[in-house]
Amino acid sequence: MHEFSITESMLSMALEKANEAKASKVIRINLVVGELSGVVGECVKFYFGFLSKDTIARGAELAFEIKPTQVRCHKCGNVFTPSDHNWACPECHEASIEIVSGRECYMESIEVE
Amino acid sequence: MTVKVITVGEDILGANEEKARANKSRLDSRGVLTINIMSSPGAGKTSLILSTIKHMKEKVKIAVIEGDVASSMDADKINEMGIPVVQINTAGGCHLDANMVESALNGLPLEDTDLLFIENVGNLICPNAFVLGEDKRVMISSLPEGDDKPYKYPAMFADSDVVLLNKIDLQPHLDFNVDGFKKTVAGLNPDVIIFSVSCKTGVGMEAWFAWLESAVKGKKNR
Repeated sequence: MHEFSITESMLSMALEKANEAKASKVIRINLVVGELSGVVGECVKFYFGFLSKDTIARGAELAFEIKPTQVRCHKCGNVFTPSDHNWACPECHEASIEIVSGRECYMESIEVE
Repeated sequence: MTVKVITVGEDILGANEEKARANKSRLDSRGVLTINIMSSPGAGKTSLILSTIKHMKEKVKIAVIEGDVASSMDADKINEMGIPVVQINTAGGCHLDANMVESALNGLPLEDTDLLFIENVGNLICPNAFVLGEDKRVMISSLPEGDDKPYKYPAMFADSDVVLLNKIDLQPHLDFNVDGFKKTVAGLNPDVIIFSVSCKTGVGMEAWFAWLESAVKGKKNR
């Protein structure tokens, strides 16, 4: 359900940027979304269709770049993708890590006419 | 017509973050320690708030914002204890956001409050992505949920200042590896403070109360 509020914020951001550029139509919105962000692209597309229908973003394509989860080992600095049940470093087996990628949720750019 | 690319590079939730900063400065100026309580449904958020009120209400002026998808059951229980409470019904929404909290703050006596609990909607997926203006994030994980939750919802654990491992009294009945759980959580979040508690029996609660009282004092003396 949080996709609804995310889509609302995303649409208003896109319209604001398009407006600033005096654009007449938004063609495409490029989004970067991490695996850990909990954002489901299909849901965003569904809500976007509904929310954008009376705006210049109607029919715009939503492009999602999905960032995989990556963590950095606190001990040896190794950056790796954790497996489902093992977040320990495959190099040094240290279990203390920090999430460096996978939580993204931002708008990279918009394409307008 | 030519297509023009406009670089944006902005967080989608930037508007929420801005509103959260405004909430925070409003609460800071009154010295109100604000705690965002997050957990899955049924982990014990309301029980934690109720037992904390019972223990601390003579010493600390408490107010509560209750977030629920529907109903006012939790707010009614808090109201019965004579504590100012505002209920937010999200009507299907799975988290609280800074905008909802801003409106709720208008209904609370902030000038006369030392400690504000914001009980988030029971959910481990997204509440951590929406800052509200809180000082501290307290997450409750309970034994019946299983010890694998840090692997399944790592961002929730990584974003919390305190993790309360609730229903610890059930340990003899469950296959929950408490030491393994603590180690995983500390691995995701080296600064986290973990308390093993039972809101029902009161086991371990003294340590939580002591932490909270010192945080309330710290905020007043800022």
